[in-house]
Amino acid sequence: MAATASATKARDERLTESSLLKRLLSRPELGAAGGAILVWIFFAIIAPEGFLSLRGTASYLEVSSHLGILAVAVSLLMIGGEFDLSIGSMLGFAGVVMAILSTVLGVPLYLSSLIALALALGVGFVNGYMVNKTKLPSFIITLAGLFIIRGLTIAFMRLMTGRTQLGSLDSAPGYAVLRAIFGADITLAGVGFPISILWWLAFAGLATWLLLRTSVGNWIFGAGGAAAAARNVGVPVDRVKIGLFMLTAFAAWLVATIQIAVVKSADTKRGEGQEFISIIAVVIGGTLLTGGYGSAVGAILGALIFGMVRQGIVFAGVDADWFQVFMGAMLIIAVLVNNFIRRRAEEARR
Amino acid sequence: MSRYKKPVAIYLVLLLLVIATGVTFAQKDRADIRIVVVSHGQASDPFWSVVKNGVDRAAQDMKVTVEYQAPQTFDMVAMSQLIDAAVASNPDGLVVSIPDADALGDSIKAAVAAGIPVISMNSGSDVAEELGVMVHVGQTEYEAGLGGGERMAAAGVKNALCVNQEVGNVALDLRCQGFTDAMTAAGATVEVLAVDLADPTDAQQRIAGALTANPDIDGILTLGPTGSAPAMAALEEGGMLGAIKLATFDLSPEVLAAIRDGNMLFAIDQQQYIQGYLPIVLLTLFNTNLNTIANDVLMTGPGFVTQATAAAVIELSAAGTR
Repeated sequence: MAATASATKARDERLTESSLLKRLLSRPELGAAGGAILVWIFFAIIAPEGFLSLRGTASYLEVSSHLGILAVAVSLLMIGGEFDLSIGSMLGFAGVVMAILSTVLGVPLYLSSLIALALALGVGFVNGYMVNKTKLPSFIITLAGLFIIRGLTIAFMRLMTGRTQLGSLDSAPGYAVLRAIFGADITLAGVGFPISILWWLAFAGLATWLLLRTSVGNWIFGAGGAAAAARNVGVPVDRVKIGLFMLTAFAAWLVATIQIAVVKSADTKRGEGQEFISIIAVVIGGTLLTGGYGSAVGAILGALIFGMVRQGIVFAGVDADWFQVFMGAMLIIAVLVNNFIRRRAEEARR
Repeated sequence: MSRYKKPVAIYLVLLLLVIATGVTFAQKDRADIRIVVVSHGQASDPFWSVVKNGVDRAAQDMKVTVEYQAPQTFDMVAMSQLIDAAVASNPDGLVVSIPDADALGDSIKAAVAAGIPVISMNSGSDVAEELGVMVHVGQTEYEAGLGGGERMAAAGVKNALCVNQEVGNVALDLRCQGFTDAMTAAGATVEVLAVDLADPTDAQQRIAGALTANPDIDGILTLGPTGSAPAMAALEEGGMLGAIKLATFDLSPEVLAAIRDGNMLFAIDQQQYIQGYLPIVLLTLFNTNLNTIANDVLMTGPGFVTQATAAAVIELSAAGTR
């Protein structure tokens, strides 16, 4: 530190202020923000009629909000260094539990929703506990969870009702309450915007605050970035991970409840594939697969991009056969661009 | 760092190419009429691939623009959102399948309220009218079972089994019901046998068991290829192939071969090709000439494939239209 002593400014190098541009460049969500703007411009040009209309906007925001709630929770979990492949199954499970309790046993829907929440949190706890205890990769534990939970959902549904789909939940007791909280539309200029968009933004805001402004946030980064080191400085890594698995279970339950309130039916296949799509949204949002780096805002943007592309290709009149091509191509492009930006940012900082 | 530039550029160009081809497909047709199809079946599913071929051929023949959309999995939430997007794009016609009226009802009603002519196909014959759909193009399950029963009674069957691989699925229960009613009317009896869709060995054993328990049984109707394969195996094992008359719902290569070889009496065909083809024709006619169909349901089935037609159908099946 001889240089510092002799220099005119005697400040610690950790306290030097970097320029706004450099700070922006080092944000994980920068690539996704650029991508979201590009995708928006792209569809605004080729399909302005549907895509720019309020109805069209409501439609892609709804898709984004369902995925976004999952993606926000998954982003925190992935920053914490773990995966949850069971959330899609959990989504179907929570919905089926609610439907069976309310249509077969006559439990008011808001109550069965709370029971489903308790069950989901329990499964999330078990996921986290198993990962901590067995030291197996969470990929394996939750992959098993994916099949077990989906299988239980089908088995129970068939056992209780002999069917794989339950409808007419709007005539189940307590539906109106659920609808008002989770499935209402907010009318703006004659177009109904689903309330799930607000849930999404609220959940994302809370997650961002948790991540960036609380010590729990630092623990999450620590648990994912360098678990051993974090443990040595007193971070309760095991508890953080269990909490994160319960958070993804909570998100799956929230989406299941929203979907029940909106579509008034439950079936055993609901949520299939969502585990991968939410990981894609999170990765597009700049979160590292290896943990320790990422953002919840990025997950919002990733979900927004997904929603815009999913609905945008309908507006643009592209055959659905092409959608998966888009999704895969976008994933690769996003990762390459994110890598590029991160390298740039790291070089600029030096 | 610079080594990333090239791959990024290549991927961007590829993506743009993919988008461009997709868009030009949609814009190449100069016709003004644009119809969107939203179904619950992916074009990669063998059954739905035939539907989509019907849709594509009709678009070509009518010279209209048609877009086919389906969720990646059987996901009713995603499907309702696809319908919402289709409605927001304000097409000249909308074709939907309705496997879950609760989940899709609001979206379909919104389409009707927005003044878009809507035709349903394949699933939803019972709810189409109340949702405000112009006409349903498909097979009604009860009538299909009834037709199957009449044919089987005509073939001289006195005591039949109806093998149901998914008891509780309303559509399948209706098939057995129609079959039973037709057979009873002809003075024959029907016994419903529940088997497990996911376990063909168990299904085969149960069918064999039922045949042993009741030696008077001289006919079997299965409700789909997942039921007909174990039934055929059970008959083959018991040496009763051809002696006990077997018939099934829906086609598969094995079913068609069995009919051609005389091991199966007939297959009830819902002709999904025209479930894709006809809605496009009807919506084109409505848009250009305000023509409508007076019936609530335009029945595409039951059509029957027998030994006389099996060979020809096998060829058509290879061409992706049956």
